Amino acid sequence: MSSSNNNLMRWFRGAGSSQSKPQEGSKSAPRTRRTCIGLGEFMRSLISSGESKTCVLDLGPTSPTNIALLTEMGVRVFNEDILRESQDESYCVKQEDGTLELDPAKFFAENLNYSADQFDAVLFWDVADYLPESLVKPLVERLQAMLKPRGHLLAFFHTKDAGMESLYSRHHIVQKDILELEPIQGFKLQRIFNNRHIENLFKDFASRKFFLGRDNIREVLMVR
Amino acid sequence: MWKPRPEDGKPMNMNPTQPAQPVPPPVAAAAPSIPIQQKETPKTSDPHRADVGHIGKSVQIKGELTGSEDLYLDGSIEGTVDLRDHSLIIGPNGKIKASISARDLVVHGRIEGNITATGRVELRKSCTLIGDVSTQRIVIEDGAFFKGAIDIKEKSQPAETRKPLAVAASAGMSAGGSSSSSSGASSYSASSDSQGSFLDGK
Repeated sequence: MSSSNNNLMRWFRGAGSSQSKPQEGSKSAPRTRRTCIGLGEFMRSLISSGESKTCVLDLGPTSPTNIALLTEMGVRVFNEDILRESQDESYCVKQEDGTLELDPAKFFAENLNYSADQFDAVLFWDVADYLPESLVKPLVERLQAMLKPRGHLLAFFHTKDAGMESLYSRHHIVQKDILELEPIQGFKLQRIFNNRHIENLFKDFASRKFFLGRDNIREVLMVR
Repeated sequence: MWKPRPEDGKPMNMNPTQPAQPVPPPVAAAAPSIPIQQKETPKTSDPHRADVGHIGKSVQIKGELTGSEDLYLDGSIEGTVDLRDHSLIIGPNGKIKASISARDLVVHGRIEGNITATGRVELRKSCTLIGDVSTQRIVIEDGAFFKGAIDIKEKSQPAETRKPLAVAASAGMSAGGSSSSSSGASSYSASSDSQGSFLDGK
């Protein structure tokens, strides 16, 4: 039943085909830079949080740059490459039609095991666009529980499937409002969220602020 | 035509069918030419140093590993590793399921467990680390897989004036990118072509 629901949702959101094995971006893969207003606000919120030891969860692929920048700010950094983990077939169960689908219960038994209200901020990047359908909603619910009240979550969403430009990327925070995107091969855009989808998905958050970029990326800064 | 002279110090082989026999030089003549052995500064990254313990890739250990010397570990360990004031290098074949305590740590292999280092932790590009890191300085190469938390400790030495701590990264920062925190407790500097570079706080 859940499988058919997910298929329906996937159809509505314009599903991509299944993921292939992820590969790190080749050495020649060009990195691109973009100015992010949402990131700027996110970083300012970290500085002004006033917490003695701010905890930030980075859900993207390991970025030495981010770790360096954030730890230098006195932030305790947690890193989980959630998309890569979701490719592990051991978290999948076989459906009636023979297809494998990720089981959120199995997945959360080994990932994102943190206590409630632990994080001041979460860097979600554009992971939601590439995640298996069955994981999207449970993951957002879990992130909401892990965030402290008034904690911030920064997410990016593609506004259209722009082919090569919508490649999954590792996000490096070069400056407080400038990102460097390093493409990673092997992940396909699974869906396009529109504004209403995003509002529904993050409906339990206190506020959502949208920043529309010229490069088909919508930045959204959520506050719990 | 050039002829080798006896004072060149090399034995002349008059018979090409027979291999040259080394002629021991006279003691008196040899004394001044003995090279003075200079003390080499040991490199931490050289796993084959005489004063570094070596555990090969076929070795499997279950239990508690403690020591008071630097160690190169390329085997498998389940338990705990405690080297306190010494360096530990996990080789590319190393598979560690243990909590690790050491001064400096270089990881090429796989670790599942928490790391406590009083000095520096280096995560090389081939490494996989699943666990929390508590250290003063950390270097992460591009390509390293890390899942866990990083906590940068500040050494409490109020009497001494210390150079800033360094937390470094590899590619990703713009060339010459640098910044410093308002507390002045740590600093960062890296360039796009400096894989895993760091400012040594020593």
